Amino acid sequence: MTQPKYTVTTTPHIRSSNSIERTMYFVIISLTPAVVSGVVFFGLRALLMMVISIASAVFFEAAYQKLTGKAITVKDGSAVITGLLLALVLPSGLPLWMPVIGAFAAIVLVKQLFGGLGHNFLNPALAGRAILMAAYALPMTTAFIAPRGADAVAQATPLMRLYDGDFVPELNDFIAAFLGNISGSVGETSALALLVGGIFLLVMKVITWHIPVAFIGSVLVMGVIFGGVANGLALYHVLTGGLILGAFFMATDYPTSPVTAMGKIVFGIGCGVITMVIRLFGGFPEGVAYAILLMNLTVPLIDRYIRPQVLGRRRKRVEK
Amino acid sequence: MVKALARFKKGIIDENPIFAQAIALCPVLAVTTSIINGVGLGLATLIVLFCSTLVVCFIRNFIPPQVRIPCFIVISATFTTVVSLLMEAFFPALNDALGIFIPLIVVNCLILARMESFAAKNPPIVTMFDSLGMGLGFTLALALIGVVREIIGMGTVFGFTVIPEAIPRNVLFILPPGGFFVLGLLIVVLRAVKDKRLKD
Repeated sequence: MTQPKYTVTTTPHIRSSNSIERTMYFVIISLTPAVVSGVVFFGLRALLMMVISIASAVFFEAAYQKLTGKAITVKDGSAVITGLLLALVLPSGLPLWMPVIGAFAAIVLVKQLFGGLGHNFLNPALAGRAILMAAYALPMTTAFIAPRGADAVAQATPLMRLYDGDFVPELNDFIAAFLGNISGSVGETSALALLVGGIFLLVMKVITWHIPVAFIGSVLVMGVIFGGVANGLALYHVLTGGLILGAFFMATDYPTSPVTAMGKIVFGIGCGVITMVIRLFGGFPEGVAYAILLMNLTVPLIDRYIRPQVLGRRRKRVEK
Repeated sequence: MVKALARFKKGIIDENPIFAQAIALCPVLAVTTSIINGVGLGLATLIVLFCSTLVVCFIRNFIPPQVRIPCFIVISATFTTVVSLLMEAFFPALNDALGIFIPLIVVNCLILARMESFAAKNPPIVTMFDSLGMGLGFTLALALIGVVREIIGMGTVFGFTVIPEAIPRNVLFILPPGGFFVLGLLIVVLRAVKDKRLKD
């Protein structure tokens, strides 16, 4: 018996160092600037909101898995991200117990009941926000506080002021919106912080450029079409609201976005168009959350019609 | 008699129209925003169900099978009209709250199902108990959904405040999605209880 001079093993032969944990912790790192901006502009109350939201998301995930006799997987960090993202998209002055209900809806109703990580058909954090919006419409649309205020004074968000119609943003409004010194949800105000995190995700190859670029680009285009170029309203629409947060961190969520590059572009454009239709013609000043949720529902359809090319084959020419 | 009582119990628990058979869900989701509405519709359905299955039962041997469905509809429409007029006369507020769902009892699939699958094939006494069981099972299910939705959605039970005014109401529960959530979660709980009982 001679030993073969090569090792015989079964597939897979190439292993990636990538894992769920690695991806999730990169996302958490990339959200750090947004967390910091939330605390800078809305104070320790914002931090408390994030802690409550994360703790309850982790608790509900572990409790559900314990109750149903499944392996407890809270260490993978996905519940932490859901809780954090939920807090980041909630109004800065919301009563502190409401994130708990949102986390329950996000983790139990949307994620775990459909099979847990990777099986949710909606973005859990956004679905949690939508459920809170349906349940507690008044605080969810009014509990926005002024940034850097000592005693939490209520203040309308820039998009609300645009929606009401008598507001033309000037240069310092643009700077405030870029830095985050505006009223809004906890983690969505600072375009700068979110872009830093988003670019980190792109560099680390956690997400690809297709969805954010298509999403933000189509918002920009819609803004120019309906608002013109001169007043810069299109740019202001990009800088305010939950657009950058949604485009980089929520629309790109793997289970609820298409697989192919072309599908991702279609998905991003759909998100952008729906966002602007809601903002300009709809009943709400902000539409990013609903746009992403609606497009989440179309993902199976997009993936069905936009398929990747089979390796080694040319696309068949359409014959007349 | 034993068979009749067994039918009665089955209608309430094992073959509960809502939680076990999941039929007639449209009015259930629509009217169970409060316990009064739920019980109101449940009792109205119970009366129509009881009377029309009894009539079907008596004339079951004279109805030609080809036209049985129209006959069933005419019978249940007769009793629905009676109930509808009585409610308009004696409970105008409840009648306004339930609205279109009172006339719609005519085509309630619980009633058609009991006439078709039970009353047309069984003698009167058993049919009476079957209808009572099914009707009560339906009413209890509506009351249960109604009480959960009313407490969480409006903070009241039978219109009396039980949750302090200071706590914001979770309006979602009196909106249609809340109806689906409550119904689904109640089915989960009842199935879990049943499974546990079977195991023990």
